[in-house]
Amino acid sequence: MSNPELTLDARHLLCPLPVIRTQECVASLKPGDELTVIATDPGTLHDVPAWCRVHGHQLLEAKKEGAEVIVRFLVVESD
Amino acid sequence: MKDSVKAVALISGGLDSLLAAKVVQDQGIHVEGLNFYTGFCVEGHTHSIRKSLSDARARAGKPPTRNNALWVAEQLGIKLHIVDVIDDYKDVVLNPKHGYGKNLNPCVDCKVFMVNRAQTWGFMQDGGFDFVITGEVLGQRPKSQVRDKLELIATESGAEDRLLRPLSAKHLAPTLPEREGWIDRDKLYDFHGRNRKPQIALAKSLGFDDWAQPAGGCCFLTDPEYSKRLGDMWKSRNTREYSLDDIMLLKVGRHLRPSPNYKLLIGREEGENNYLEGYKNQFTAIRINSHKGPLTLLDGKADDTELELAARIAARYSQGRLADKVEVTVHESDGVNKVFSVTPLPAHEIQKSWHV
Repeated sequence: MSNPELTLDARHLLCPLPVIRTQECVASLKPGDELTVIATDPGTLHDVPAWCRVHGHQLLEAKKEGAEVIVRFLVVESD
Repeated sequence: MKDSVKAVALISGGLDSLLAAKVVQDQGIHVEGLNFYTGFCVEGHTHSIRKSLSDARARAGKPPTRNNALWVAEQLGIKLHIVDVIDDYKDVVLNPKHGYGKNLNPCVDCKVFMVNRAQTWGFMQDGGFDFVITGEVLGQRPKSQVRDKLELIATESGAEDRLLRPLSAKHLAPTLPEREGWIDRDKLYDFHGRNRKPQIALAKSLGFDDWAQPAGGCCFLTDPEYSKRLGDMWKSRNTREYSLDDIMLLKVGRHLRPSPNYKLLIGREEGENNYLEGYKNQFTAIRINSHKGPLTLLDGKADDTELELAARIAARYSQGRLADKVEVTVHESDGVNKVFSVTPLPAHEIQKSWHV
């Protein structure tokens, strides 16, 4: 059973820590789970999507909302 | 040839590690990248903190600074694992068996650590990895990339002949992947020394026309100013320890030490002030009331006379620097607030020796 509403709070961390925390979080997730990462380092807007691309996860959304960056993606099974 | 040979490549985000991984990948080897985050990495932080730098990039029509290791992984189409080694890395910085380079950079121990961690990481993955790749080039760095040091790194890391340096392989003894025929040694390279032309030519021949060229390398420990600040912090605390917050704060602002018992961290611009705001409750914070000015943090203990001097120094870096009087509030970390009306310290009274 997938867990559709997981959020990772990576606010006040500077890159690359939001990516590292995302990676650690995904290690405990299953394919089909959806993760939302909330961060304040503007670099996260590019780095987490890039990390998703190299690992084959499906990016659903990456946006800036005020001072926060929100990246949402679907965990895809590793090949 | 073995069915599925796998290699783990240390990816810094620079050109050499990109090429080393690519050369091996082009021989049909499954390559994945590893990037270690030590806390001293130059990547990202200073640009994230310093708003003026990110604004300047935006004005020049450039995208925000990228994570170069991730960018390299995307170019190569490989997975990149970024690993937090902040705590384990402390022993490398504090007790380098092979000493420091020109500054507080423990380059030989650092490479031993990273190759060892890469080897261990590779063993722990499903199916295991067969060897480790680095972008080291013989003779490129006078202390850490000479022949005996490259041999020492292979031995002390435990990787031994499972450590391949594709860019200089022809100058070095054949490694296990070459002897086993997993890798064709003839298709490896004989780069040597500090000349970057062979790497640039190889990059172009492989179709790359963009790569990171970090000024002064990718590690703050090679930076003289940063190393001076780190040494000063250890000396003032009488102990060689650090936390992640400590080493991050050494990257931010002006640092002035008017007295051995305290240091001032003065924001240089909006981004740095915002960053320092996050630490205002851990330090004595000095704010300028009557004029626009930076946030100043006082690290250490200061008596009232010293607090007044600190207020005058903070005022010197505010827009009231030429005013007769500037009102300053000192918020001590125990919750006590003190208001000073001070004359900003004239520039010539800011002693050169205070700058850390």
